[in-house]
Amino acid sequence: MEHTTDCAVRMRHITKTFGKVVANRDVSLDLRAGEILALLGENGSGKTTLMNMLSGIYYPDHGEIFIKGEPVTIRSPREAIELGIGMIHQHFKLVDVFTAAENVILGLPGSPVLDRRRLEKEVADLAARYGFDIDPAKKVYDMSVSEKQTVEILKVLYRGAEILILDEPTAVLTPQETEKLFAALRNMKKDGKSIIIITHKLYEVLSISDRVEILRKGEYIGVVDTGTTDQDQLTEMMVGRPISLEIERPAVERGEKRLSVVNLTCESSEGVAALNNVSFDAYGGEILGIAGIAGSGQKELCEVIAGLSPALGGAVLYSGEKNGIPVQENLLGMSPDEIARKGVSMAFVPEDRLGMGLVAGMDMTDNVMLRSYKNGRGLFVDRAAPKALAEKMIGELEIATPGVDTPVGRLSGGNVQKVLLGREIASEPSVLIVAYPVRGLDINSSYRIYDLLNEQKKKGVAVIFIGEDLDVLMQLCDRIMVLCGGQVSGIVDARSTTKDELGLLMIHVEKFDDEEAAG
Amino acid sequence: MLDTLGRLFVAAVLAGTPLLLGAIGEILTERAGNLNLGVEGMMFMGAISGLAGSYTYEQAVLAGGGTPSGVVSALVALVCSLAAGMLGALVYSFLTISLRANQNVTGLTLTIFGTGFGNFFGEYIGQNAGGYVAVSSVTKDAFSGLDIPVLSDLPVVGPLLFQYNWLVYLALALALAMGWFFARSRLGLNLWAVGEDPAAADAVGINVTRYKYAATIIGGGICGIGGMYMSMVTTSGVWVHNCVSGYGWLAVALVIFATWRPLRGIFVALIFGGLTIMRMYITIPGLPVQIYEMLPYVATILVLVVTSMRSSREHAQPKSCGLNYFREER
Amino acid sequence: MSAQKTLHTHSREPLLRMARRDSIDPGLAWAIRGAAFLLSLVTGAVIILLLGHNPLAVYQSMVVGAWGSPTVIRETVKLAVPLLITALGISLAFRMKFWNIGAEGQILVGAVAAGWFGLYTATIFPKIPLVALMMLSSMVFGGLYGLLPAVCKSKWGTNETLFTLMLNYIALAFIKYLMNGPWKAPGSSFPRIPMLVSGARLGKVFGVHWGWILALVLVVVVYVYTTRTKQGYEIAVVGESANTARYAGINVSRVMRRTMFLSGALCGLVGMLQFAGADYTITEGTAGGVGFTAITVAWLAKMNPFGMLVVSVFIAMLERGANTIQTNFKIPASASDLLIGIILFFMLGCEFFLTYKLIPRGKEEHHA
Repeated sequence: MEHTTDCAVRMRHITKTFGKVVANRDVSLDLRAGEILALLGENGSGKTTLMNMLSGIYYPDHGEIFIKGEPVTIRSPREAIELGIGMIHQHFKLVDVFTAAENVILGLPGSPVLDRRRLEKEVADLAARYGFDIDPAKKVYDMSVSEKQTVEILKVLYRGAEILILDEPTAVLTPQETEKLFAALRNMKKDGKSIIIITHKLYEVLSISDRVEILRKGEYIGVVDTGTTDQDQLTEMMVGRPISLEIERPAVERGEKRLSVVNLTCESSEGVAALNNVSFDAYGGEILGIAGIAGSGQKELCEVIAGLSPALGGAVLYSGEKNGIPVQENLLGMSPDEIARKGVSMAFVPEDRLGMGLVAGMDMTDNVMLRSYKNGRGLFVDRAAPKALAEKMIGELEIATPGVDTPVGRLSGGNVQKVLLGREIASEPSVLIVAYPVRGLDINSSYRIYDLLNEQKKKGVAVIFIGEDLDVLMQLCDRIMVLCGGQVSGIVDARSTTKDELGLLMIHVEKFDDEEAAG
Repeated sequence: MLDTLGRLFVAAVLAGTPLLLGAIGEILTERAGNLNLGVEGMMFMGAISGLAGSYTYEQAVLAGGGTPSGVVSALVALVCSLAAGMLGALVYSFLTISLRANQNVTGLTLTIFGTGFGNFFGEYIGQNAGGYVAVSSVTKDAFSGLDIPVLSDLPVVGPLLFQYNWLVYLALALALAMGWFFARSRLGLNLWAVGEDPAAADAVGINVTRYKYAATIIGGGICGIGGMYMSMVTTSGVWVHNCVSGYGWLAVALVIFATWRPLRGIFVALIFGGLTIMRMYITIPGLPVQIYEMLPYVATILVLVVTSMRSSREHAQPKSCGLNYFREER
Repeated sequence: MSAQKTLHTHSREPLLRMARRDSIDPGLAWAIRGAAFLLSLVTGAVIILLLGHNPLAVYQSMVVGAWGSPTVIRETVKLAVPLLITALGISLAFRMKFWNIGAEGQILVGAVAAGWFGLYTATIFPKIPLVALMMLSSMVFGGLYGLLPAVCKSKWGTNETLFTLMLNYIALAFIKYLMNGPWKAPGSSFPRIPMLVSGARLGKVFGVHWGWILALVLVVVVYVYTTRTKQGYEIAVVGESANTARYAGINVSRVMRRTMFLSGALCGLVGMLQFAGADYTITEGTAGGVGFTAITVAWLAKMNPFGMLVVSVFIAMLERGANTIQTNFKIPASASDLLIGIILFFMLGCEFFLTYKLIPRGKEEHHA
């Protein structure tokens, strides 16, 4: 092997299985010193698992790892840190009730007694060196997503990491924040750090990385120099066949107004203002996209409309029909039970599939009847009809499962989502709200979901799509509403808008607040 | 009047000490993310082991023709009760941390087991001793109030603060030390992180398993000492069937009222210690004594309800408490 | 590339790794449980040995003491009935992850509620309405006593474990108050509650009060209720995830209140059976730890009513047998608590081996 000493990291023939699922099979990877390597692959292709073996979270079943040419065994995150490896996880691993500084120094050796003032100064100095803006005494629970990410990066740098791994770091950022992060990464590269960035977004790969390694279905596909490749080649390597990543947007004539949200205001479960005077309309035959950085009120909006959380003020006006009889209701203040009893046909696919939409420990039959078990009279539940529906869904939606008796928690993410969405669609709604329906799904499953949503749109259903990937929102939706800090910062035509426009809308209210505070 | 209040205060301190020991033991445990409902069981184990230790020591010395020493006897009781509490907590830790058993059920089982353990050996040793177990006056004296030069003789302050048995001061010292540990020390910060968010602690290289074991076992040991207080001080070195009788559960409740902070634990233990013995000092006309006995339990329920009505992010239960942590989960 | 040879090397790999099982062969599962159970008996045997007795003789004496003659069999069944019904009651709450450890108190309150009718209206009502009234009032009051913590939990999230537990001590103190005060038996030199007149006592079938038939019926009823009814389905959903339940339009707090009322009502019924069928009076020992042991029963049976039937009979055998060994070997009867604790420890521990398998260093993981 030639480049042994050039390589900060060499992983050789790594295999890792979870039960019967092979997450990585015979994967190798080289990270050269001082480069930015993009690790590209669809959801579920084993990128994160591979990196978790480098950061000591998992232990490989087979294979070898070399750091700077030395063979190593990484059994725990501590050992990874000692080898100069630091990973910034997609789900931040920060202690909520601690300050930024406490999180940064957590777990490090040092004097048994803490000198908080000195530590906070050290953290502030480090942040300044790379151009981060952070208050070291601020508690994590008061922080924005981007601030939390900064703390994660500082944590790794403070430990003297030479090798940084970032897992989907831009998923939670606005385009503008992404640019800032990339600038910081380039600074670190100049500083001699070697960086791996996990992503499934092609334009990011092309804009930040030196080389790209591609994984597919847990297997190593190849490495290419970023300078010599393009989107089409990367797509083909990632998916295994040349496909168009265009999402279909069928032209459907806009139908009647189904849902009218007026001046909706509510607080989150922690008592913080979550929605502020939100107003919009949703029409049949249209997909209305909702964009915004994480925690801008998307969750609260869905839950208030679905009757799961209370609102402080406003109205949610529904108009539809049931059995030919018009139904017009203000849903605000009604429980999901009442909403259903009034004949409002509204379906909701929540963000937390197994924690809210489904019962992980129950089989498909019991999950299919979750929203309809009350139908029919008597004390006893009827399992025959839901069982038949479950079997029909398995066939129509190509759900991969041993059978209707298997607990849905054992299914893969894509199949879980099909069960959930399939059940909601089966109720023949006139309003369908879906929150992050393709999160964590592979490309095939994602496109199946887009197709299902388009079918509903063609049927005249008002679809509300809460998404995070701006590319998807711009291609799939008809209109996009942007939320920022619980307010509507704009409703734009998805066909004519730009990413920059959406990015600015995603942060504009906050920016305004900052200027006000500064002034 | 002041005299009654003063005597009530002294009695409250004496009755509150086992509660304080149980509560700070459980605070340490819960701060590491383990909800151990076996406090009652560990206190029972500590109670019988401490008593049995002293008794065995005395019998051994007497059999050899010597005179037992009160200090040695007290130390034997301390070590035995600590070890017994730790043993109970070790079983709990192994089941919940290594074998990932449900914390609620394991804790309840530890209570059933510990209660059986205490009563079984209490009766067994009693049978062999010819009726009941009781330590000699040497040991009893070692657990009676101290006579600290100068301080104990101070007027008013002396009897109120400086004439307690040594376990009272030990409990206070432990509570203070633990308060400092969580607020100022690096280890304390790490432990707190383990209880709040074990995945975050694990990611920065803190050995979650080791911290959980250490905190739970030491916490159990402290609970064991609290149980020994019941058998050596409260019942004066005689084994009484079911002697812990709910003190362990009150201690678990006190953890909530203390908002997981040892220093606050001192005050709530004093208050609840006072509630458990108030009927002997202040009579309320027309109130039957058995109804009076309900007082600490009714108060516990009231405080539970009131504290649950307002929620606070920082003074809440450690977030991972009651949940087991397993890194390689997918 | 020359790295091929390193494919299967295992340098400094951790000693043991664990992996989740996908599924487990039922035979293996029962073998693991059986082994755990045997180990718990062996552990008990070691303790017996250390106390200087022959473990086999002691165990044998326990079995004979529980099943050796029609008289002791009746005693064993009499112990199993309250355990079984209480476990059935507790399991309703446990299924929705509501930790009701207040069965002791609910039993006592049920006994007192039945006791009022039994002691003060026995002369007014004929036997059948009287028994019906006792049953009804014990269930209503036991249910209400269980309802209280459920109301607070559903409203404010009050910790139900401690709440239900504190209610035990309150009920106990209340019984003591009744014994010493208003219900004190006239002319008695020590505090006690009078005996139920013999005309109001529960009839016997095969030598044991008919509570045992009721218990068997309840096994089937609880089984059907939890697996076939809408309410049972709601309990299961709430137990798995309160969020999902809300999403499904289930009124979580109503389910919690309803289920805890039922849970408390079954426990209250036990109080009535103990009062009118077994003890004929109410003492501090009327519940006698049944509320706690029943938790063990429900958990060991994994909330399966038929499993609870088996386990409760087994535990009743241990308790009955413990009395025998106290007489025969001078081993205190608390040994049964000790042994139950040990068995439960082992059964809790063995669950791990049903869910995970350990892979020693150097061993390949094979896939079917």
